Amino acid sequence: MPAHPQVHHRPSMKTRSVAVLNWFRKHVIAIVAGLIFFFLLVPNAVVVWMSFNKPSGKYNVKWEQFSLDAWKNPLNDGILHDPLMLSLEIALVATLVATVLGTMIAFAIVRHSFKGRGFVNSVLFLPMAAPEIVMGTTLLALFLNTFGVGFLGFKSILIAHIMFCVSYVVITVKSRLNGMDPMLEKAAQDLYATPWQTFWRVTFPLVAPGIGAAALLSFALSFDDFIITEMTAGSSLTFPYWIWNAVQKGIPPQVNVIGSLMLVITLAGIAVAEVPKWVKATKSH
Amino acid sequence: MSKNTDTLAAGSVAGDLRLVNVTKRFGDFTAVNDLTLTIPQGSFFALLGASGCGKTTTLRMVSGLEEPTAGRVLIGEGDITRLRPYKRPVNTVFQNYALFPHLTVAENIAFGLKRRGVKDVKQPVQDMLDLIELSHIGSRKPNQLSGGQQQRVALGRALINRPRVLLLDEPLGALDLKLRRQMQIELKRIQTEVGLTFVHVTHDQEEAMTMADTIAVMNHGRIEQLGSPTDLYENPKTTFVANFLGQSNLLPGKAVGTVGGDGEHVQVTLDDGTRVLVPSARNCAVGEQIIVGVRPEKMSIHASAAEVPAGRNVLAPGLVTDTSFVGVSTQYLVKAAGSEEIGVFVQNDGAQIFRPGTEVVVSWDPSQGFGLDGRQDIDAGAEADLEAAS
Repeated sequence: MPAHPQVHHRPSMKTRSVAVLNWFRKHVIAIVAGLIFFFLLVPNAVVVWMSFNKPSGKYNVKWEQFSLDAWKNPLNDGILHDPLMLSLEIALVATLVATVLGTMIAFAIVRHSFKGRGFVNSVLFLPMAAPEIVMGTTLLALFLNTFGVGFLGFKSILIAHIMFCVSYVVITVKSRLNGMDPMLEKAAQDLYATPWQTFWRVTFPLVAPGIGAAALLSFALSFDDFIITEMTAGSSLTFPYWIWNAVQKGIPPQVNVIGSLMLVITLAGIAVAEVPKWVKATKSH
Repeated sequence: MSKNTDTLAAGSVAGDLRLVNVTKRFGDFTAVNDLTLTIPQGSFFALLGASGCGKTTTLRMVSGLEEPTAGRVLIGEGDITRLRPYKRPVNTVFQNYALFPHLTVAENIAFGLKRRGVKDVKQPVQDMLDLIELSHIGSRKPNQLSGGQQQRVALGRALINRPRVLLLDEPLGALDLKLRRQMQIELKRIQTEVGLTFVHVTHDQEEAMTMADTIAVMNHGRIEQLGSPTDLYENPKTTFVANFLGQSNLLPGKAVGTVGGDGEHVQVTLDDGTRVLVPSARNCAVGEQIIVGVRPEKMSIHASAAEVPAGRNVLAPGLVTDTSFVGVSTQYLVKAAGSEEIGVFVQNDGAQIFRPGTEVVVSWDPSQGFGLDGRQDIDAGAEADLEAAS
């Protein structure tokens, strides 16, 4: 759009405004999409940006000076080591158990009709629907009354995480299974595949993307869970819990470094999954 | 194939598929009712019927995807009734093909061989791709193929295992008419080439007649009639078969005696009083009640009774109610007072075309009629045919 309309043959005001309107009409979707992406990505960008800050005080909330200090010392002299390791350990074990258990539940619900199927189906929604704070306090009461205060820690956090992750796994795998043609398994059997072969050659490869998505979701949910963890952790400190405590004394930029690393790992994961497909697609066309 | 027929004639059951008193119930519903059937090795056999007649259930009991409530399924002397599907020497071409979407065309075709532990599948897969004329797209995924190509992959995937029996479950149902015709001919060619037993389930009577050596017409879980396409068409034994397979004019009446040497013809008085003759050899009626059947293309149409040659069965004059010109023939509907509309198909060989409203006379040669038991529902199979056609 020319800023100065003093051209030789000057278009009338009317045609100019029509042209602007047309340009806008043509690009409105791109503009809106751009704004939405901006809105979604700015927080992530700030996380990465602030990881290069060198705060003068204890709080890393105001940009002061570029520095690689935090990246050179991501565990903040080992202070972050234990909470981070605990969170990763819990997230990995919870993901593994919840994915296996949830996948089996999803198969049972989709493939078999049994007494109480509807009940199981709705009970599975409970951990997702119930407020986390309610879940947390209830679990705390349950653990204290059943096992005593000594039980709180790794075991209690793990049990709580598996519980809420299972729901998400079941929902995710179920929708994938529902979308699969049941005749495919019959066709495999018809073509001499034993039940074992049918599962590994046909069912699993087709459901795997759903299981993979469910596992990623479980990991993310477990790794950053705070409310339920806070209630059931006892004296153990997970990474989010540690940050929460740190807020009172000051947040170091290392928190942003770990946040940025998680982001990079996630993006790398997506790239590993998508790039071969994309390369294949461009090759075949 | 003729060799197989010979061994069959000698009483051998080398590779025949046999169903013996097979019944399948789902709760209160009897899908297949005490069915006994022998399908000779190497034949192209069709199970024909409307939806819900039990044909697909019968097929699934052969493939092992359903287990019979009672009865036995045998191939040759081997009882496969309780055998798991993956242990049966039987393969299926499924209605919606059920191709594995995550595998390429070649991998789909190799699937059965690999499961049976065949090490070198490359050559047989290539041969099969050649047979189904898809060598150029062996590395594509099923969702990149057209309907006709998918159909051929489904066929190749089953055929490569050289099963004792190949089951085809409405294999052409998803294709458009032109492609369906082409695939009918191709399927028949491949069956003749490989010489395997094909059991084809369909609701499409034309498809069954085009391809099969033998057709079993099924209705309510039972076989209504079994025979060659020409036999079923020319000599239906029930009103269901007469209506379901092609069209029939069915005229109720009473048998009043026989005429000719050795009672060559049965004399029948139709309900409107007209007297006609039916060959005794083609009469299934046991009692006095009889339904005389005549196919529309066996009938002739005349301007007046005087023009009808001697020796023909003649109906009372009626009015043309509809004239449809369909190219090779003209199809008339003729209605006489007190009787049903009669369909008449006349070849377009220059004969006069009668307009609706014209008074005409309909006749046929007595040898072209058949007699059915008059105690049956005269409209049986007519709706089933319409339903199947839709």
